[in-house]
Amino acid sequence: MTSTQHTAPSTTSPAGNPIGFGRMLRKEDARFLRGQGHYLDDLVVPGMLHAAILRSPVAHARIVSIDTSQAEAHPKVRAVITGATLESLNLAWMPTLSADVQAVLATDKVRFQGQEVAMVVAEDKYSARDALELIDVEYDDLPPVVDARKALDPDAPVIRDDVEGRTDNHIFDWEAGDKARADEVFAAADVVVTQEMLYPRVHPAPMETCGTIASMDRVTGRLTVWSTNQAPHAHRTIYALVAGIPEHNIQIISPDIGGGFGNKVGIYPGYVLAVVGSILTGKPVKWVEDRGENLMSTSFARDYHMKGEIAATRDGRILGVRVDVLADHGAFNGTAQPTKFPAGFFHIFTGSYDLEAAYCKVTGVYTNKAPGGVAYACSFRITEAVYLVERMVDLLADELGADPAELRLKNLLRPEQFPYVSKTGWEYDSGDYPRALKKAMEIAGYDELRREQREKRERGELMGIGISFFTEGVGAGPRKHMDILGLGMADGCELRLHPTGKAQLRLSVQTQGQGHETTFAQIVSHELGIPPEDIDVIHGDTSNTPFGLGTYGSRSTPVSGAAAAVAAQRVRDKARVITAAALECSTDDLEWEQGRWYVKGDPSQGKTIAEVSMLAHGTLELPEGVEGHLDASVVYDPPNLTYPFGAYICVVDVDSGTGQVTVRRFIAVDDCGPRVNPMIVEGQVHGGLADGVGMALMQVIAFDEDGNCVGGSFMDYLLPTSMECPSWETGETVTPSPHHPLGLKGIGESATVGSPPAVVNAVIDALEPYGVRHADMPLTPANVWMAMQGRPMRTDLAVQ
Amino acid sequence: MHVTMTVNGNEVTADVEPRLLLVHFVRDHLGLTGTHWGCDTSQCGTCVLWLDGRPVKSCTVLAVMADGHEVRTVEGLEVDGRLDPVQQGFMEEHGLQCGFCTPGMMMTARWLLDHQPDPDEATIREAISGQLCRCTGYENIVRAVRWAARHPGEPTTAQDASQEVQA
Repeated sequence: MTSTQHTAPSTTSPAGNPIGFGRMLRKEDARFLRGQGHYLDDLVVPGMLHAAILRSPVAHARIVSIDTSQAEAHPKVRAVITGATLESLNLAWMPTLSADVQAVLATDKVRFQGQEVAMVVAEDKYSARDALELIDVEYDDLPPVVDARKALDPDAPVIRDDVEGRTDNHIFDWEAGDKARADEVFAAADVVVTQEMLYPRVHPAPMETCGTIASMDRVTGRLTVWSTNQAPHAHRTIYALVAGIPEHNIQIISPDIGGGFGNKVGIYPGYVLAVVGSILTGKPVKWVEDRGENLMSTSFARDYHMKGEIAATRDGRILGVRVDVLADHGAFNGTAQPTKFPAGFFHIFTGSYDLEAAYCKVTGVYTNKAPGGVAYACSFRITEAVYLVERMVDLLADELGADPAELRLKNLLRPEQFPYVSKTGWEYDSGDYPRALKKAMEIAGYDELRREQREKRERGELMGIGISFFTEGVGAGPRKHMDILGLGMADGCELRLHPTGKAQLRLSVQTQGQGHETTFAQIVSHELGIPPEDIDVIHGDTSNTPFGLGTYGSRSTPVSGAAAAVAAQRVRDKARVITAAALECSTDDLEWEQGRWYVKGDPSQGKTIAEVSMLAHGTLELPEGVEGHLDASVVYDPPNLTYPFGAYICVVDVDSGTGQVTVRRFIAVDDCGPRVNPMIVEGQVHGGLADGVGMALMQVIAFDEDGNCVGGSFMDYLLPTSMECPSWETGETVTPSPHHPLGLKGIGESATVGSPPAVVNAVIDALEPYGVRHADMPLTPANVWMAMQGRPMRTDLAVQ
Repeated sequence: MHVTMTVNGNEVTADVEPRLLLVHFVRDHLGLTGTHWGCDTSQCGTCVLWLDGRPVKSCTVLAVMADGHEVRTVEGLEVDGRLDPVQQGFMEEHGLQCGFCTPGMMMTARWLLDHQPDPDEATIREAISGQLCRCTGYENIVRAVRWAARHPGEPTTAQDASQEVQA
């Protein structure tokens, strides 16, 4: 029994870290700073062979023949795998995450440039590459479908003739909202503004490309896969379903990941091929793609051709939004999103406004381009939705002659309207939108900026101020609504305290740089009052962690963070029972303070979590029904998504002679509820803002008329550097989620979602003297200059 | 071909193919996997290490070109268990997230500070402009280098640092 004089517990740990929430340096940094991270390509498995993939040089062609004899004769080649090899194993096609199939290796046709045609397995990676040159493939070229807007033309070549009876390139039609009601509102509205806009195809391009090592043990039948992936448990189930290997014989290990951003959610042909290579050779097989392969063949994002309409009263009350979308899904429908949502969460396009009606229709089409579609920090296509509505609101402001900030303030949802059910069915959990926008305007010095802009315009200088207000729905999601391939989107979590009070937390989610080893330790620390350095966070190994769907869509904190909090709360509750037993009192007599239960009125009588843990593992007689040890296992099924939001303001200068855009300032006020580690949250925002600037100004995966990808290297696919990025100015408001156990909301993608329209709105604002209403991303100097000449470019096609 | 070079102060010799890239030599032959590889075209800078005291992109240097020369990698930043101030700065200012670009960024930062001990923001941004980071938006990398500039002479361990910052 504790007998020392009671003092209030310290808010910092012995290592100087906060107990619970607060700025804490990252636990994972120690290895990364020393070059001691273990990324996929750093791993060496004894006896490992190396694989390389031969890819199609053309976008659309029939394969006449493949001659691998010379490659097979290469002295260091151990295996050459073609579509014919896979057909014999019934593995030539694999299911996508969207009820389609994708060729693992092309058998009949190639359908995009960069598609996988053959794999060579050799003793070293240089030899594997050499042998690719020795494979002779004869192609019979077919006309490609490059322009999504022509994919449904009656005379368009049929890409997916692998599906019997298919006569066109149509994938799906999907709609949301109330069309009849929207039509009424639009018919009666004073003002209707219409704009066609493209959210071009972009690529997440994490610094580490994708790769895998597959090792099939012929004796045990056990498959071990190390791979760059954001969802190891989902991968395990899919491997079991695709390859027919019993799931308990599969172990997926996701080591340190050099950035994901959605690029590492899906299963790529290279992963499957490495497994096949290991089965055929009896050796572990490593495959790591190069940058060109990464950009040309793995999950792209966006590619939404949108026609937006916004209706309003003359005095600026927004009444409705309608959208018609043509969605370019590439050659295979391989989008990764909850099953019921073929357009992801695009139907959150009503944004942050109180509307009377809304309606959208989305048509998905095949083209001769790489598959993918939902990737790149998009929160399941909320990027496209926010871009659409925030551009439309600016166009409406322009039409009405209203200030875009004032127009937004007039139409934003009010705090008392939450929880708010949107016209497309989302239940926004909490928010105080005007507060966030006003705060951003205050940081920006909005009125002063407008004054400066007026002065500059008089001098002929082009300066623009762009605003974006976004609402996201993140943390997918409630099991009854959301699944991927039938797997409900709940997440498991196991918390185990050792006898000495140190803890292990096992997560189903997988960090790619978000700092889970720190943040999740802080969540448990917050609930148990033990030092975060005493909590070891384990993730990324299916044999060592509970099942769950992984990290993407900003879901780790909303779902797995809730699971960790609930697990810690259960441990705390059990500790109360054990403390009562030890002190021979009732649990009702106990009160909690950070890290310990104590007797009401006598704080000196109590037990710390560490003391309880020793008792729980010891010989103390436990109350009936209470098991020994101190641990908890939770599967968290979120009751709703969480709805982070934010107000962003971008200030740009445009060179009227060259069209060069300089982002001078960027102000981001984010509200993701309480911040577990403000340093990490701010870092997430910074990265997303750079993404947004990149997408708005530089990044595009475009194609020429033959279907050649013209964004296949970092020479052509331009990512923002330190020179394009301003010094970010951040702020916060805090509106807790009412349903998350700790009030937390996701933050990982907010800035990527929210920032592109702010940049574009700023550039279009700058170009007001030229009468420019709209130009599509990316707003490269050439594109801006053309827009100033009244001829904005079609940015998805390399040929005008 | 036979090559001999000094890597992080140690002499190494090996027989290599003439076409072997220095980044692959360092990673695959020497096991120094802190130097990463991220593109084929010398754009991303994750492979930056020092050759004779200057940062180079080791994906566009052949191993044989380093014969008789001196190489320093991220593994050579920490001395006697004490982190370089640049390493410390990246930790203090959250200058890394996924950590993949970090070794290259730190090698450039160390070189910058050796030649310009008190660089302003614009100078730092220019120095790292040949290297890509997808996580940080560069803000905290700039802050990390500034931190290192302010703490030039007191390399310490990561554990000490986490205590120091909260004190």
